[in-house]
Formats: sequence, C-alpha cells, structure tokens
Amino acid sequence: MQIFLPIADIPVNVFLLFAMGLAVGFISGMFGIGGGFLMTPLLIFIGVQPAVAVASVTTHVAASSFSGAIAYWRRNAIDVTLALTLLAGGIVGTAGGVALFTWLRALDQLDLMIGLSYVTLLSIVGVLMVGESARAIIRSRMGKPAVLRRPGSHAWFLGLPLKLRFKRSKIYASAIPVLAIGFIIGFLGAIMGIGGGFLLVPMLIYLLRVPTATVIGTSMVLTFLTMVSATVLHAATNHLVDAVLALILMVGGVIGAQFGAHAGARIRGEWLRLLLGLLVLAVGLRFAGQLVLRPEDLYSIRLIGGAP
Amino acid sequence: MNRAKNRAKNRVTDYALTALLVGAGFFGNAGPAAAAERLIASLTNHRVMITSNYTGGELVLFGSIERETARPARDGPYDIVATVIGPRETLRTRRKQRVLGIWVNTEARTFVDPPSYLAVLASRPLDAIASADNRRRLRLGIADTPLPELIHNDIGEVSNDPFRAALVRLMRERGLYSEEPNGVTFLTPTLFRAAISLPALVPIGSYTVDVKLFADGNLIAHTDSAFEIVKVGFEQFVVNAARDHGLLYGLVTALMALFTGWIASVAFRRD
Repeated sequence: MQIFLPIADIPVNVFLLFAMGLAVGFISGMFGIGGGFLMTPLLIFIGVQPAVAVASVTTHVAASSFSGAIAYWRRNAIDVTLALTLLAGGIVGTAGGVALFTWLRALDQLDLMIGLSYVTLLSIVGVLMVGESARAIIRSRMGKPAVLRRPGSHAWFLGLPLKLRFKRSKIYASAIPVLAIGFIIGFLGAIMGIGGGFLLVPMLIYLLRVPTATVIGTSMVLTFLTMVSATVLHAATNHLVDAVLALILMVGGVIGAQFGAHAGARIRGEWLRLLLGLLVLAVGLRFAGQLVLRPEDLYSIRLIGGAP
Repeated sequence: MNRAKNRAKNRVTDYALTALLVGAGFFGNAGPAAAAERLIASLTNHRVMITSNYTGGELVLFGSIERETARPARDGPYDIVATVIGPRETLRTRRKQRVLGIWVNTEARTFVDPPSYLAVLASRPLDAIASADNRRRLRLGIADTPLPELIHNDIGEVSNDPFRAALVRLMRERGLYSEEPNGVTFLTPTLFRAAISLPALVPIGSYTVDVKLFADGNLIAHTDSAFEIVKVGFEQFVVNAARDHGLLYGLVTALMALFTGWIASVAFRRD
C-alpha cells in the first residue's frame, strides 16, 4: 500500500516502512540502544532526503526511549540528578546542533556533513567495539576470567569545581564534565538523528564511573528528553519533521523492540557487542562508499521557495 | 483493467467533447482578428484534487479549429502546440566535485522562478511546425523557454550552461518537464485532443495552458485555459501545520511520540 509522506514529499510503501521500524526496533531492543544510527541511514538509502530523515528519526527515537525510560523508572534504576545535569548540557547542545544543521543546509553542505559524521563516528565506535568484544571472546575461550575494569583513582576532570553529589549513582563529581558530555550527545543527536545511547553509555561508565545499575536507565531518560527537544526545535526552525513517517516507524519500532529484548537475553554479552560492532561498522562503510564512489548524477536540485 | 480504464476515459472524453461543441459559441476565445480561423479549446477538468494515495493522472485538452467558410481552405495541414506551465518556484542546481577523495557539492546556480511543471505537446516535431526564429520568438519548446539564473545580483539567461541542461534533465526524469512531438492528436482535420500527464510529484498551484495554431509555419490563432491542482485531505493538513505552525506542530508530534512510547510500555509490561 503506497502512502504519500507529506513532508518527505515522496510516495512510499507503508509495509516497507513498518518492516524497517520492526527490524530496527528488534535490534534496538536486543542491544538496548535507540537505533537512530541505523534508522536514519536506512531512510536515506530508500530515498528520503537526509535532512527529513534526521529530523523525523529524532521523533521515532523519542518514542522508543520513552517506553524504555518508563520501564527503568519502575525498577527505580534512574539517577534523576545525573539525568537533569546531563540534560542541561544536552539542551544547549541540541540547540547548537539544530543551528548548525540550518546553516549547513543553506550552504548546500548538510548531506555531506551528515555523511561525514556518520562515517567518522561509526567507524571509530565500530572498530573499538569489535576490538574490545573480540578480545573478550578470545580471553573466555582461553579459559581466563574476564577482566573487570575496576574504577581506579578519580580522573582529573571529576575534581573540577561545581561539585555535585549524584546520590543514586553514588558518585561525587564536578558538574562540568557531566554538562560537557550532555552537550556532545545533544549536539550529535540533532545533527545525525541519533539518540546517542551507544556513545553515552560507555562515556558514563568509563569517564564518570557511573555504576551499571543506573547507567542505562539514566541514558534512556537523557535520550528521550534530548530527542523530544530536538523534535520540537527541528519542527519549529526547519519544518522538516514528518509526523506520518515518524508514526509508522515508531509503531514498528516499539513492537520490534519487545522481540529484540527477548532475543538479546539469550545471547552472551561479548557476542552481542561483537554483532553490534560489526553492524555499526557496516553502516559506516556504506556511508563511506557513498562519499567516495562517483555519484550516479553529479547534479541535484533543491527547492528554495515558491513564487507568490 | 487498462482497457476498462481507457473505455471510462473515452466516455469522459465524449461528454467533454459534447460540452465543448455546445459551449463553443459562448466561451470560445478568438485568435487574431485578421485570421480566417478561430481556435477553441477546453479542459476536461479545471480542478485536480490530489489525495494521499495519488500516483499520477491525466487531464485531457480538447480543441476545435473553426474556419470561416467564405475563405478558401488552406493547402497544408494545421499544427497545434499546447504549452502547460505550472506554478513558478526558485530552484537551486548543485554540482558535485571530487575534493580530497570525496564527492562534495562545490558549485551551484540559482534559477529564478522557473516553471515547476512544463509540458509542451505538439502535433508534429516542433522544428517541422515553426522555424527556429519563430520558435525563439514565441518561446516554443523547452529549449526556447527562458530559465533565468541569478548571477551575482543580476538576473539573466546563460546560454550553453551545463547547470541549465542539468535542471532540464532532472526535471524531465521526474516527469515534470516534457516535450511530446505527437502529444496532440487530430481526431478530424479540425478537431484535436491532447493528454496532459500529471505525475505523482506534480506541484500544487495554478497552471496555465496556452494553445497555439500554426499553418505553413506561421502562428494564425491562439487561445488559453487554466486549471488548478490542489492537495486535499489529511496530508495537506499536515503540510500546512508543519509550515505555518512549526512550534505547535513540533509539540504535538513530540506528544504523539510520548503517547506511543507510553502505550508500548503499558501494553508490553512484564513486571
């Protein structure tokens, strides 16, 4: 069944979109991530303009992370102080990201910037994840116990001024690095249409020493709050959020996530990380190909405005 | 299936034809007074509604050439050129170039108010209908349609411009620009019809149809008509809301996301 997406301005098959929502939802449920970094590229590959894809996926991620956040809230696995401090940085970052997005679009360089950001980020994260999980798998094969990273002495940036006590996570640290992390996640989220969970969780664990009990729930809360503000900001400034597209994706997404979560519980952690790492790397390579290979058509048209 | 559709179309055609012939005397638009011919044309529909499942359509133009019986008949055949022009928009054509190994949009040209839709339907190839001079003067055909560009702060035509060629090519690929040398069919020596195809991505707004009658390479009569394309239904409501009330639209969309997330967490609650 073909349906016309009002803002993306293209006809697409509803079932294809729904299936994409299901598939990405399955993966996001399996790995506990928002899935924006997979959904945005998929939409671009089926012909949605990158700008509309990024803006609409923020809405999709807002829905999926909200349902995740509710589940963690019930288990009392959220550090509200930490989430709100991250959010303060996140909102400034989101506003900055949306502003850069608008500016690059006017310069005709937005698609390039989205492509480059994806290639850079996904290759780095993919290589790190594949390397780390492969080492873990080899270690367990050789019968050695897994090396648990014990939080060592406090990093210097945790001792900066503006100290705050994050009770639920049992850490006492400066607000400055927390705000900075929030800013980075919000900024990247607005430009790339990603929730940033796959970046935020390692940052919270390794940089801020947040315990695993609260890390995912807190990350979900931040993701959902920054994605909600990104949706509103993108809609208010660039008018690029396609509500129909987002709705189809999110319905598929939340259903797929339930099945993914079941599947994820049956696979060993390091194998799960290896799979996710390979997936991240594959999407990064696909983007790299798009940038490096000669495009089919060197010319493209962009509508600037209608005459009255 | 297709044949049934054609039959239905032909029926519509017949009604339109009758209406045209009956109404000809009232709303026919006369050509140059000196000519011996009058040209009358009408469209099957003056308002095309596009709904969310629109995948393209067709609009039919009918016309008749009325000859003054006192004058002697012409030797050569008549030729018709119908030019359909859609609402004007400002477009930017960009060209990619390889920079440090990756393909980047480097150069761009802004076209000031080119038609968002342009169809040239003719009864024969344009070069057989009118001379090059005449075609240029009458702006006949895509090649002779002016597409002015913004050059610094001036607006002008650039001849042999690859950006112009790319614009026309991309618009042709989308079905928005077309030139059909056999787009006009003569049903009798003086009665003709032309099908205007409207692709799925057809822009909304008002369209003008300009019909010119040629004989022996000269323009002898012309008339014009117009139609309107409107989007209706939910989809247009969304477009208007997003454009005119961005902030409110964003808030409603965000609420929709939260509601979906909440429903999911309730529906799939396991604890």
